[in-house]
Amino acid sequence: MSVKVLIPTPLQKFTRDQATIECEGKTISELLDSLEQDFPGIKARLCDEQGNLRRFINFYVNSEDIRFLDGANTALNTGDEVSIVPAVAGG
Amino acid sequence: MTQAIAPTCSQTAATFTGLKCKECGAEYEAKAIHVCELCFGPLEVVYDYDALRRTVTRESIQSGPNSIWRYRPFLPVATDTPIDVGTGMTPLLQANRLARRLGLKRLYIKNDAVNMPTLSFKDRVVSVALTRARELGFSTVSCASTGNLANSTAAIASHAGLDCCVFIPSDLEAGKVLGTLIYGPTVMAVQGNYDQVNRLCSEVANTHGWGFVNINLRPYYSEGSKTLGYEVAEQLGWELPDHVVAPLASGSLFTKIYKGFQEFIKVGLVEDKAVRFSGAQAEGCSPIAQAFREGRDFIAPVKPNTIAKSIAIGNPADGVYAVDIARKTNGNIESVTDQEIVEGIKLLAETEGIFTETAGGTTIAVLKKLVEAGKINTDETTVVYITGNGLKTQEAVQGYIGEPLTIEPKLDSFERALERAQTLDRLEWQQVLV
Repeated sequence: MSVKVLIPTPLQKFTRDQATIECEGKTISELLDSLEQDFPGIKARLCDEQGNLRRFINFYVNSEDIRFLDGANTALNTGDEVSIVPAVAGG
Repeated sequence: MTQAIAPTCSQTAATFTGLKCKECGAEYEAKAIHVCELCFGPLEVVYDYDALRRTVTRESIQSGPNSIWRYRPFLPVATDTPIDVGTGMTPLLQANRLARRLGLKRLYIKNDAVNMPTLSFKDRVVSVALTRARELGFSTVSCASTGNLANSTAAIASHAGLDCCVFIPSDLEAGKVLGTLIYGPTVMAVQGNYDQVNRLCSEVANTHGWGFVNINLRPYYSEGSKTLGYEVAEQLGWELPDHVVAPLASGSLFTKIYKGFQEFIKVGLVEDKAVRFSGAQAEGCSPIAQAFREGRDFIAPVKPNTIAKSIAIGNPADGVYAVDIARKTNGNIESVTDQEIVEGIKLLAETEGIFTETAGGTTIAVLKKLVEAGKINTDETTVVYITGNGLKTQEAVQGYIGEPLTIEPKLDSFERALERAQTLDRLEWQQVLV
């Protein structure tokens, strides 16, 4: 399952300044593991010590917030676009 | 439209020293960044409160300009020549007729429906954000807006000679769209709700070298709302109220009024006092009220469906902090229906002569609900924050406020109409052709 991932500015130092990358994974959880393989250290920024997604980061699959889908278990299909966006914005 | 100009403002010693993560405490330089690189928590401006305690007095504030800039040492700008378009120092009106109607003894309205230049509290945050944007060298400013912020950013950018590109949901009220376009910015009307606009802007924020007031400039921008706390304290004779009621969209305004009060206590400008904080949401977009009601410490996002578009944020950035403040101050967070919002707008207009927009209707309706539920004591000095102007959301009340009595230019036509107006109740005469 190759998906396109949009990387927020604070994490682009892990991705050699790339704002978009291609990555593999059947779910958001799997995607996090494969991101970590490609860019060591990135998962600890996205997840807390218990392995849960940090509360100040939002994940979107094809523009839909995964909290309206299946959370970290949200299924991914080839060609999907996953956006990782800092939650603190707006208002 | 790139980030190219050099800072041109004169500078004295700034009272702020940098940015700090509200969650993990990591420290950063005072640049155009808004989230912690380590945990993504929000960054907040750090001030030198010892210096503020030494240098700021009630007299030094009172001798300052009649605008938010009388509180400049508490705001995150270094310049002595901020962008001052007369923002702030709006009336604090003692609302005796509304108080009597509700059964309260001392009720005040902080009336930002007449804030300058664009008739909402957003002029406060934008004045600060654009002043800071100029200091950081931005020549183009931007925002993700539910309407009022777009009005304000576009207007003050015009005054300051900055280029401007704003993003709004495409279904906003006509007055808010027109009230942005008039200043000549680039307006992106996004086919989606505010949360989608916000996400898009977060993705765009660092790609064109623009200063997004509520994204990469958010730590500075949000500080502008503290002036709503400072002004109320000063206008009450350097005292804090017992209870405040304010609208909740992202939750930022609510947390910054609290911070404003705390800072004034910290530097000795007012006496310490427990102030209760209550928040208002529209039922059709009430993720913060739901979290409060259910005792949760996280916000479950919702998809907004309400006439109160200016506060329709389904994924509120500061929601958890707002819940925390309401709980620890023994306040409440309530929501009201669209019908109650319209009634709230009418109630404020008919008792106090203030025409507010839907956010203000929400706040008045929640005030009423809290009083009726015994959650505001009748002898509490209560301040209600009215943050926007009703002329911008006319669609919301259209059809609920009656029609003029159309008459012929003749005395007997007038007399007949007057008689009918006096004898028929309002709902009936709306429909009678006189």
